Amino acid sequence: MSYRKIFHDGLWQQNTGLVVLLGLCPLLAVTGTVVNAIGLGLATTLTLVFSNLAVSLVRGVLRPEIRIPAYVLIIASVVTVIQLLMQAWFHDLYRVLGIFIPLIVTNCAIIGRAEAFASRNSPLPAVIDGLATGLGFCLALVLLGALREIIGRGTLFSQARLMFGDFGAMMQLTLIPDHPGFLLAMLPPGAFIGLGLLIAARNWLDSRSKQKTAGHTAVQTGEASA
Amino acid sequence: MTERGKNTILKSAAALGLVAVIGSALLTVVYHLTADRIAAQERQAVQRQLSRILPPGRYDNELQDDRIFFRDEAHFPNGQTVTAYRARAAGNPVALIFRFTAVDGYNGDIQLLTGIYGDGNLAGVRVISHKETPGLGDGIEEEKSGWVLDFEGKSLKQPGRAGWAVRRDGGEFDQFTGATITPRAIVEAVHSALEYFDQHRAELFKTPSGTGMLEREDGSP
Repeated sequence: MSYRKIFHDGLWQQNTGLVVLLGLCPLLAVTGTVVNAIGLGLATTLTLVFSNLAVSLVRGVLRPEIRIPAYVLIIASVVTVIQLLMQAWFHDLYRVLGIFIPLIVTNCAIIGRAEAFASRNSPLPAVIDGLATGLGFCLALVLLGALREIIGRGTLFSQARLMFGDFGAMMQLTLIPDHPGFLLAMLPPGAFIGLGLLIAARNWLDSRSKQKTAGHTAVQTGEASA
Repeated sequence: MTERGKNTILKSAAALGLVAVIGSALLTVVYHLTADRIAAQERQAVQRQLSRILPPGRYDNELQDDRIFFRDEAHFPNGQTVTAYRARAAGNPVALIFRFTAVDGYNGDIQLLTGIYGDGNLAGVRVISHKETPGLGDGIEEEKSGWVLDFEGKSLKQPGRAGWAVRRDGGEFDQFTGATITPRAIVEAVHSALEYFDQHRAELFKTPSGTGMLEREDGSP
């Protein structure tokens, strides 16, 4: 399997958040702002990269009966390490994301990739797959976060200070001045509606590009027969 | 069971155990590498919260090293443990900051910091964490509205018992459009804290730092 294909699958064809629909709990819960979305997205990506690497390294050693508990142990260790590192270096962001960091353990996308990909491939492709899947999830989080933040608050990158320090304070954009706040977008129903819209948009783009390819092929065959 | 089957089981168990040992070893190392930094970060975070209520120039001690814990069901319900940070200048009491919980918010507990000067005037009130409705009850956050700033300078005498309520209940504190329960809970909780301070002022400052009053009252840390 080519790395190009792995990236295409992770980011688009098999996108965790928009196609496979795994890990919806964090996807819906932390996407009130873009900054939260990036924070959790990157933490999840790191987890995927390291858990895929570890699973790939032990793939020959583990008997099938014990693979699932072994994956759970590996993923839990990786997540806890990331949690400690975040607590030490991104303390403010950690306080915001709070319980969602340990909950990465329960994101089925991670054990899903361990089982479906990392356990059957050598370390390098496994790491690439973790990166691609993580970035795909991150993309879904950020899109939903941006959608909800713009509609709900009229800002973008608010509270970026939590992640980027003083530089982040300058990143905050007010797109709609004096926005009265649109509560629905900030509350859980807004997350579901926003996710629905994103899935619809992705499917529309996907079918459009398929039609184009199909049309293109038809023209080519037409030319050939003529 | 065959000898071969037993062997397989033992091998599997050993492999699983090995994964667990490696995982724990990794965690132990990372924990020790980060423990000091995390503790320092937490201390800093608390210090930042405390400084927002009490300007650091007004006292000269380390608030986080001069604190006591206690319980008092009448003023701080639901068996909560209250932390009191004591601010002193040249050893004399200046102010005190309670960290406690308002238990009757619209949606669960509201964690509060309430600073009170030695003369019983409020230095300030801040909400540390809450689960109130975004857009309605969250006006209690300093970043969302200036509502909590209204507490500054208030005391038991000013506005007096009847005034310690939201306007809808005939008091002096604003409520928010669509949210009365949240501000009401905080006004009541802050009033309780002021009362407790008024009744135990000397004791609150005298008790040696540590678990102090709590140890004496019920023997548990």
